[in-house]
Amino acid sequence: MQDIITLDHGSGGLKTSQLIDEILVPAFANTALADLGDAAIVPGGGPLVFSTDSFVVTPWRFPGGDIGKLAVCGTVNDLCMAGGDPKYLSCALILEEGFPLDDLRAVAASMAAAAREAGVQIVTGDTKVVARGQGDGVYINTAGVGVLRTPGLGRAGLREGDAVLISGSAGCHGAAVLMARGGLPGGAALQSDCRCLRALAAAALDAGGVRILRDPTRGGVATTLNEFVEGGALGIELDETAIPVDAPVAAACDLLGLDPLYSACEGRLLAVAAPESAAAVLAALRALPGGEGAARIGTVTARRPGTVVLRTALGGSRILGKLTGAQLPRIC
Amino acid sequence: MPWELSEAAFRAPAGAGRLIAAIRETARALGRPVRLMEVCGTHTMAIAKAGLRSLLAPEVELLSGPGCPVCVTPAGGIDAALALSARPGVTVASYGDLLRVPGSNPGDTLLRRRALGACVQTVYSPMDAVELAAADPARQVVFLAVGFETTAHGTAAAVLEAAERGLANFSLLCLLKRTEPVLRALAAAPDFAADGLLCPGHVAAILGAEGFAFLPRDCGLPAVVAGFEAADILYAVYRLVCQLAAGRPALENEYTRVVPAQGNAAALAAVGAVFAPADSVWRGLGAIPQSGYALRPEYAAFDAAVRFGLAPAPGAEPPGCRCGQVLRGVCRPAACPLFGKACTPADPVGPCMVSGEGACAAAYRYGEL
Repeated sequence: MQDIITLDHGSGGLKTSQLIDEILVPAFANTALADLGDAAIVPGGGPLVFSTDSFVVTPWRFPGGDIGKLAVCGTVNDLCMAGGDPKYLSCALILEEGFPLDDLRAVAASMAAAAREAGVQIVTGDTKVVARGQGDGVYINTAGVGVLRTPGLGRAGLREGDAVLISGSAGCHGAAVLMARGGLPGGAALQSDCRCLRALAAAALDAGGVRILRDPTRGGVATTLNEFVEGGALGIELDETAIPVDAPVAAACDLLGLDPLYSACEGRLLAVAAPESAAAVLAALRALPGGEGAARIGTVTARRPGTVVLRTALGGSRILGKLTGAQLPRIC
Repeated sequence: MPWELSEAAFRAPAGAGRLIAAIRETARALGRPVRLMEVCGTHTMAIAKAGLRSLLAPEVELLSGPGCPVCVTPAGGIDAALALSARPGVTVASYGDLLRVPGSNPGDTLLRRRALGACVQTVYSPMDAVELAAADPARQVVFLAVGFETTAHGTAAAVLEAAERGLANFSLLCLLKRTEPVLRALAAAPDFAADGLLCPGHVAAILGAEGFAFLPRDCGLPAVVAGFEAADILYAVYRLVCQLAAGRPALENEYTRVVPAQGNAAALAAVGAVFAPADSVWRGLGAIPQSGYALRPEYAAFDAAVRFGLAPAPGAEPPGCRCGQVLRGVCRPAACPLFGKACTPADPVGPCMVSGEGACAAAYRYGEL
């Protein structure tokens, strides 16, 4: 049978990795892309960070944000996670015939507000319109450039005994979008965690001892932590009771059969820090808005190379794999 | 006590360590490994997520039986759904998990058919499918009715609603299953290996706890109706090993906060009005008399098999796949030669790997250490 694109290819999980590894990386082959971090590091006046992301979330307006805020925060956050100070963004819009101008103004205003908060300028862009029925209101692509402030971040820096930290509760964005989409009762209590991570990332990096930063978007905390260790000599052990999950998120996930550890965040960061720096990084995160709920959730170990192991609330242990299949399509 | 408070107490029980120690001690005194079977996909996942197997081994081994509705749906049923999806003007409506199950032809799923242009809709409830039909009278909407007594009453309500509204474009591909006949068949099989059964709280909420009284009475098996939090399952396991220690199989109900002795009369009345017991084919287990539901003659107009003249399709199981043995608890998922190699959740071969509640998916996703 002929190979075709299915929804699974957009899940952020295994099938997405396959698509990237088998088709895109070989086609675009260059050393800056090959590391597959949240942003590419490229030569310029000084070292630059450069990243791009497309946004197709439905509904485009959701509790706690909208596609405009998401499109700015998403790319800014990727630059920050790569150790960059974001400077400039592009904005490419794909609009569907019939999309109301007032809605477009709202999206543009939301992007401008998010850009101001993030300290970046949107300096170039593009607009395309497709016929009614060939899009879904509004899609946005943003690309971003920044200056590399902290070189050397990456999974190669991980050491046995390092602390695994998260800046707040897991899974809010995915659960909020799903509840908004289904019009399900109780959805109003759920707000997306969508936010710019620039200040939090800078505070963590300034505290010192940070090996790697990532924002756990599609695939959630579980998938991102797997990407830290897969194929390597180290593993991660997580303590289930230490992972913050807000009660409305846990309830929504229960109702819909989802796992909060695989549900996307859009305003959280995962950090791995040297053991002696963990307390300082946590304190720095907790001192900032959006970082109040920061917690140490696990440890890097050499016991089970390449795997993430979850110690359950009852004291049992199980492997926490990457997301397979689409837990929920089109959340960002 | 508020509902959430009580559920949280069951989820992270303070006394879990003592309960686990008591289970192991009681089982050890029996002088042999105790094998207990659950027959509900929600139990399968709850056990795996809480890591209970690793906490009870080696004294107690937990087996997964035929409790996942997607897993027990035969390849022939999926083939029929795939054929329907190819007909012009037909919308196939289904629960999400079923979209990934291959029929007789490996890789051929409703998800793939949808990507190629077939009209396949995911629904959370059979009533959503009724609304799809009402909203678009020009299309025939076929709902893939799978599941046990827990989904049969909702499906019956959808048929009654469609009849009330006179919808001529709504029908069911009826693959619904009944719990009692399959458990009786399983217990009578020569290779049946379980010492007791963890009975599904959801099914019992409909049938009543008494719906499982046949297990100790006719099959000599200890049986405990259990809820779905870790403490529910641990306490039920404790009561099962106590029954084995005492040598007195009985029916007990651990899930009293939800399950009454006599069941839900309104739900049972709806099921009885719309469906009658009928012979049914199970993936890996074959045909079992009276183990399914069929639409009663007065509702035959809502039967997709009648409306579209579908011939019963035998269906072929994927070669090498041991889902049939896994479903009977005689083969551990990891013992299947395809497990984790040719068959993964990303590219599943057998239904136990497809469904989020399948024994193989649970073993793969929540691999225990």
